[in-house]
Amino acid sequence: MEKLTFQFETNRSAAGRRKQAIIGVVASGNLEVLIERGLPPGQCSIEIATAAHGFGPVWQAVLADFVSRRAAGGLKISINDGGARPDTVALRLAQGVRMIEEES
Amino acid sequence: MTSWYEASARQRIDALADPNSFEEFIGPEQREISPHLSLFDLPEQFDDGIVVGRAKLAGKPVLLAAQEGRFMGGAFGEVHGAKLTGLLRAARKLGWPVLILFDTGGVRLQEANAGEMAIAEIMREVVLARMDGLPVIGLIGGRSGCFGGGGLIAGCCSTLIISEQGRLSVTGPEVIETNRGAEEFDSKDRALVWRVTGGKHRYLIGAVDQFVEDSGSAFRQAALEALSRPASLDAGVLAAEQKRLETRLARFGALSEARDIWSALGLPRPEAIPALAAEAFLAQGSTKRESADDAR
Repeated sequence: MEKLTFQFETNRSAAGRRKQAIIGVVASGNLEVLIERGLPPGQCSIEIATAAHGFGPVWQAVLADFVSRRAAGGLKISINDGGARPDTVALRLAQGVRMIEEES
Repeated sequence: MTSWYEASARQRIDALADPNSFEEFIGPEQREISPHLSLFDLPEQFDDGIVVGRAKLAGKPVLLAAQEGRFMGGAFGEVHGAKLTGLLRAARKLGWPVLILFDTGGVRLQEANAGEMAIAEIMREVVLARMDGLPVIGLIGGRSGCFGGGGLIAGCCSTLIISEQGRLSVTGPEVIETNRGAEEFDSKDRALVWRVTGGKHRYLIGAVDQFVEDSGSAFRQAALEALSRPASLDAGVLAAEQKRLETRLARFGALSEARDIWSALGLPRPEAIPALAAEAFLAQGSTKRESADDAR
């Protein structure tokens, strides 16, 4: 496993009231995304454990795009990756944020 | 209509339980992951492939466990198994029924000893719960089926519900082929695999109690019916089960192909069974099939 950690600054804090959200499954070409609250509203941290080594720059690009498009401030995101493609990663992150934005 | 086969473990719980009634125990945020997988440099999942908790079914409290068949084939490891063992122990303390949403190939080979012990512990707890009179209901319709130790646990349940897509056995097709060769069992012959292990055959020979179509609502309806079925287990029930299995063996033991069994059951067109939709299948099968009570 390769472990990666990213920190982002953002001025858009996450909406909704759910304490956490989980989406996806750790399987070949798939990943699970666990989203929790608890960081200051201007920060987003993302930790990744991935079976596919050497893709740090791709993760950086996909995650920076995610943080710029979605309201991810205050979220601590943990990912277990089974070798998902960038489009699947982007989809799961979007689904996860959508889920935690729900009111209950 | 949500397909049970296509759904994730969490989606199945949402389809089964009353809306917003599910409360998870040892959720993913607790990160109670396998202590073994990192030794093999394998990916972990925060819930170790099983979701356990409590919920309401038509307003009544139940305990639920759902396996995620896409994570390591839904296989039982140390933590995965301990979560189900603990749930069954809680059921006995609370006096609540348990629903197990099987989706498993059996024991996780990377933690085989812990997994095998977990299977034995779970079987013991299922039997103890049933001796207390509690229903322990198995639901089988996931992509990994219910094989290996999962099949043994299913055999201890008070009621089993299966869909056509569901498969139930102990030794799976690929294991048979690996050990005995493709002449004995060709695991790539999907029609054969489903004729032998699939939901329709299991229902016809009395290995399961209820046959449902592949949808969340059908599994929910069947689970509600299953909750009112007898669940007790004692020496009398075991003796009756033994007798029924002997009768089944005498009736079908010499037949080597599922279609011959369906023919012996009196089904008019055995060759047409695999293609029948659920309703048409039940119209024929429900009156001709072997009784299932306490005989797997």
